[in-house]
Amino acid sequence: MAKTVERRPVEEPAVHPVPAPPPAGSRGRSRLIDQARAYAFLLGGLICFALFSWYPAIRAVVLAFQKYTPGSSPEWVGTANFTRVWHDPEFTEAWRNTLAFTLLALLIGFAVPFVLALVLNELRHAKAFFRVVVYLPVMIPPVVSALLWKWFYDPGAGLANETLRFLHLPTSNWSNGTDTALLSLVIVATWANMGGTVLIYLAALQSIPGELYEAAELDGAHLLQRIRHVTIPQTRFVVLMLMLLQIIATMQVFTEPFVITGGGPENATVTVLYLIYKYAFLYNDFGGACALSVMLLVLLGAFSAVYLRLTRAEGDA
Amino acid sequence: MSARTLISPATLARPRGKAIYWTVFTAVVVLFALAFLFPVYWMVTGAMKSPDEVARTPPALVPKHWHLAGYTDAFDLMQLPRHLWNTVVQAAGAWAFQLVFCTAAAYALSRLRPAFGKVILGGILATLMVPAQALVVPKYLTVADLPLIHTSLLNDPLAIWLPAVANAFNLYLLKRFFDQLPRDVLEAAEIDGAGRLRILWSVVLPMSRPVLAVVSIFALVAVWQDFLWPLMVFSDTGEQPISVALVQLSQNIQLTVLIAAMVIASIPMVALFLVFQRHIIAGIGAGSTKG
Repeated sequence: MAKTVERRPVEEPAVHPVPAPPPAGSRGRSRLIDQARAYAFLLGGLICFALFSWYPAIRAVVLAFQKYTPGSSPEWVGTANFTRVWHDPEFTEAWRNTLAFTLLALLIGFAVPFVLALVLNELRHAKAFFRVVVYLPVMIPPVVSALLWKWFYDPGAGLANETLRFLHLPTSNWSNGTDTALLSLVIVATWANMGGTVLIYLAALQSIPGELYEAAELDGAHLLQRIRHVTIPQTRFVVLMLMLLQIIATMQVFTEPFVITGGGPENATVTVLYLIYKYAFLYNDFGGACALSVMLLVLLGAFSAVYLRLTRAEGDA
Repeated sequence: MSARTLISPATLARPRGKAIYWTVFTAVVVLFALAFLFPVYWMVTGAMKSPDEVARTPPALVPKHWHLAGYTDAFDLMQLPRHLWNTVVQAAGAWAFQLVFCTAAAYALSRLRPAFGKVILGGILATLMVPAQALVVPKYLTVADLPLIHTSLLNDPLAIWLPAVANAFNLYLLKRFFDQLPRDVLEAAEIDGAGRLRILWSVVLPMSRPVLAVVSIFALVAVWQDFLWPLMVFSDTGEQPISVALVQLSQNIQLTVLIAAMVIASIPMVALFLVFQRHIIAGIGAGSTKG
């Protein structure tokens, strides 16, 4: 849910007419006052951006090349942080887990909401009910969702295994098994976040002109062909946008592994952000944490750049 | 106003179409109830079961005896009032700071033509490209030891409030809205001799209610739902918001009490959603598609 106001081409000249050049002398001072006023309004926001966005971004890069523990003065170490982090056995695991999590989340978290939205869009009753219910988990705090599912996954009296037993299916270790833990976390994340995606798809589906379906039907296209040749091409842009957003979001996953599995079992759910957290707060190695942050930053920054370019291109079209 | 969708109204009107429609409809209702409502029901009632009953297999769908002890114990044993209050303070402050500073900055960028305004806006928008979580460690170090003044904001609500202002998305939302306000109204106010602050307060803000509502909801939800950042900056148990406290206390507390606390932690956000659901849902839908 990144954008909420309709995008419009920037129309600077219309919005800000160029002021007539002031006559020399007396007006110079009043322009200075204007500038002072403008900056008075900007000041609070500027300070916060400088302190908590711009400065940390620069500092992450600087610290990645320094040895630093709070209280001591930093020391330049070149690329030592990167090589140390790189050779940490957890490094490979963390990246593999993060990529696997992202891929699984894409597969499940994409197909399910799309099909759901497709079906919901055809239903003519209880629309408000469906929308509210599907969005309900999004409003439950992520920590609560994670704890809730941790309880469901409990190997003993957990609801997940109870359901399997009730259906006479073999039970699973869920979040406690090395091979099932990651998938279990993906299920939680999908459950918790699907509402937003479904609503965005629904809106996209509603903006498809009905004549297209009508024309396709007259041409003899059956249901699947209509989905294939009308629905999917018409929603392609939204799908692409959400895919990028989801990659960016899921690669920063932290709450679910931290709360449900604690990174375990046997590091099966340690993610990159979790590893960053460990480096900073367990190993007190802020240089290593920043080296990892920079890697994540570069990778995700690339996705964000593509995303912003595409939305802007679409907005200007 | 029901527009033509994938399936034509004519197909639906046929007996076979009707039968299929109602079958699918029922299936979806059942699916939604099971997938989204049942977990919530399970949580709310789980807290009312006795400690034995909640761990029993097979589980009871309805508690045999309805205990409220889980809920009352949660308040006492987990110091919920304190953590809830911390969360409220953090969320309310973040909301107020964001509203004041982001609105002022957006107004300046949109209307006051500051020198280097475009550069500043570019710098703000550039932060949208930086994934927030990847910056938490240097941000933590900044908050632990602020540059120049060398003060620590750790365990202080300011550690939530001030970084919340650096929200490029909300600021941009406000700026775009201010850009689109009719010029003649603002000019008329100026001709009437209103100052910058007066125009912002009496003309711009009243016209901006919709966008202020959106920003407010985003700001509140973001703080209430956040976990990693408050986990880092509040090491002092007494200052922790509910999300952090829940995880810290989840190890050593009875399951029913923990579940009750989880329900209590969810109530404010769910209530906010139920009250403003129309606006929230419309906002998500409208924002995502091209007009």
